[in-house]
Amino acid sequence: MVLPAVASTLHVGAKRIHRTIQSGINAAKDGDTVAVDPGHYRERNLTVNKRIVLYGIGYPVLDGQNKYEIISVFTGGVTIAGFKLTHSGRSSLEDLSGIKVYNSNGVTIKNNILEDTFFGIYIQNGSKCIIINNRLKGTAVEEQQSGNGIHCWKSDNLTISGNTVSGHRDGIYFEFVQHAQIRKNVVSKNLRYGLHFMFSNDDTYAQNVFQNNGSGVSVMYSKRIKMISNRFEENWGDAAYGILLKEISDGTMEGNYFTKNTSAIYMEGANRITMKRNTFKDNGWALKIQASCMDVVLERNNFIGNTFDVGTNGSLVLNTFKNNYWDKYEGYDLNKDMIGDIPFRPVSMYSMIVEKFPAAMILFRTFITTLLDKTEKILPSLTPENLKDNEPLMRKAF
Amino acid sequence: MSKIIKYVIADILRNRIVIIYTLFLLASSLTVFSLEDNNSKGLLSLLNIILIVVPLVSIIFSTIYVYNSAEFIELLVSQPLKRKSIWLSIFTGLAASLSLAFLIGAGLPILIYQPSTIGITMLLSGIILSVIFVAIALLATVRTRDKAKGIGVAIMLWLYFSLLFDGFVLFLLFQFSDYPLEKAMIGISALNPIDLARILILLQLDVSAMMGYTGAVFKDFFGTCPGLLFSCVILLLWVGLPLWTSTRKFKSKDL
Repeated sequence: MVLPAVASTLHVGAKRIHRTIQSGINAAKDGDTVAVDPGHYRERNLTVNKRIVLYGIGYPVLDGQNKYEIISVFTGGVTIAGFKLTHSGRSSLEDLSGIKVYNSNGVTIKNNILEDTFFGIYIQNGSKCIIINNRLKGTAVEEQQSGNGIHCWKSDNLTISGNTVSGHRDGIYFEFVQHAQIRKNVVSKNLRYGLHFMFSNDDTYAQNVFQNNGSGVSVMYSKRIKMISNRFEENWGDAAYGILLKEISDGTMEGNYFTKNTSAIYMEGANRITMKRNTFKDNGWALKIQASCMDVVLERNNFIGNTFDVGTNGSLVLNTFKNNYWDKYEGYDLNKDMIGDIPFRPVSMYSMIVEKFPAAMILFRTFITTLLDKTEKILPSLTPENLKDNEPLMRKAF
Repeated sequence: MSKIIKYVIADILRNRIVIIYTLFLLASSLTVFSLEDNNSKGLLSLLNIILIVVPLVSIIFSTIYVYNSAEFIELLVSQPLKRKSIWLSIFTGLAASLSLAFLIGAGLPILIYQPSTIGITMLLSGIILSVIFVAIALLATVRTRDKAKGIGVAIMLWLYFSLLFDGFVLFLLFQFSDYPLEKAMIGISALNPIDLARILILLQLDVSAMMGYTGAVFKDFFGTCPGLLFSCVILLLWVGLPLWTSTRKFKSKDL
């Protein structure tokens, strides 16, 4: 008969048997718990190669002394919770991180504070990892010399939720990550993208807030992405987008809220995207949809107070606009079914002009340009004729 | 001098046109704010009023007023008064009363519905535009003796500032689109007070769109302290220069 091993708890602290965390880890067996007392620990690089729970009491500080990777995890089933990690080393060659998971499954990283780490949390070829309620605050100044907040590479089934990420290069970075759930994170003030992902299919993003990032959110070369109830706020700049969709197909965007972005959505080569019940408020351009997009369906979205609703670069339109609410709509509804009787053309002539001659922005809202816009509305010549909402709503969609 | 100003103001405030102007502003700004469910659309309509109606009323009304008070001015000139102070009093009276009309007509609704930076910028722009177009009107009247011709000149000036100038700039933009025009545009905008006021408001109203590359050039200029100072100085010059020229002209004018 084999008895199950009894899990024990090992304590680490200045007055305990194990004075360093590494010696605690070395003494532990699979399934043990290593509890770390409050304090300031300067250990070169913690290596976790056993299935243990490593948790800090009162946020003990793990100091990387600007030289080392702080925690490296080499085995599955590890839990790391309640630490404050500071000053990791910096190296673009090795991607030194606060916590880095190498080829492991089922690692849980929760309730940690990471300050001034190069990369924050790095999952390299992991699966079923959970990153929850961490606070990451970087000190990135230059794009080339900074790392990402949560960086995931070649992983699947990740859960990333309730984290706060700021001051890194990219807030959350995904490359070759499948079936991930990203929920309720707040990503703000990162140098480049709040969320950046490439070649990552079947991921779900819900209830996240992306705010004030250098270039907003960028989604590229991915399939079957779901983006639900996220907020995209104040991404300002010529190359800043609330969200940039490039070579994306079969995605769904629902219930997102875009406000005060220079361009809320920029789409290029996007196919079969469904956008429903999103709100676009006070953006420069609500939607820049390039002629290379196909079968994008926009239904029941609210467009309120945007400078330009839709901008495009060509006359080919292979997308559908239906039942949206446009606050610029000036039509009527004779049969009172709450659907406007004449189509709405969301591309204004002036947005086409500004696309061609950016400096013309300085003449925006002058009498003469308003006049040009009105003329164009009656006799469309510059704006794509087929880009229109045939059934615009008279009232807000929701 | 203050006596003349007082008289001019009292005279104008009793004038039916100014009362109608005030009521018109009040009615239209109250409607735009209460009809639209979002305030930004209301502000847009108000922007058009400020950029089109305010200069028009200011320039036409001032022109007509000065022509109509020709006899009164002659009377004043026969008194032991300096011509300069007579002219400046008329200007001050006109500017003060039209600004007051704007303040009551559009300012009150703005302060009630939109007491933000945008609102305040609009309010100040409206007032300075009123004053500028009074100054331009005085220049037009002092240079043309005939009333009909004078009013014609005033209307042409208004048309130029609010329509033709922008058309001309648009033409320039298209013609020279291969060149980096952003900086030049800032300079050109200084040549038209309406444009300058509009850009100042635009930077608040369409801030998201203005943050694009070109917009950022304008924002970097007009949005900063020196830029703001520049715009204020230019706008004040638009009051000062026409006023100074017209005062000089009036001093030696054969009434």
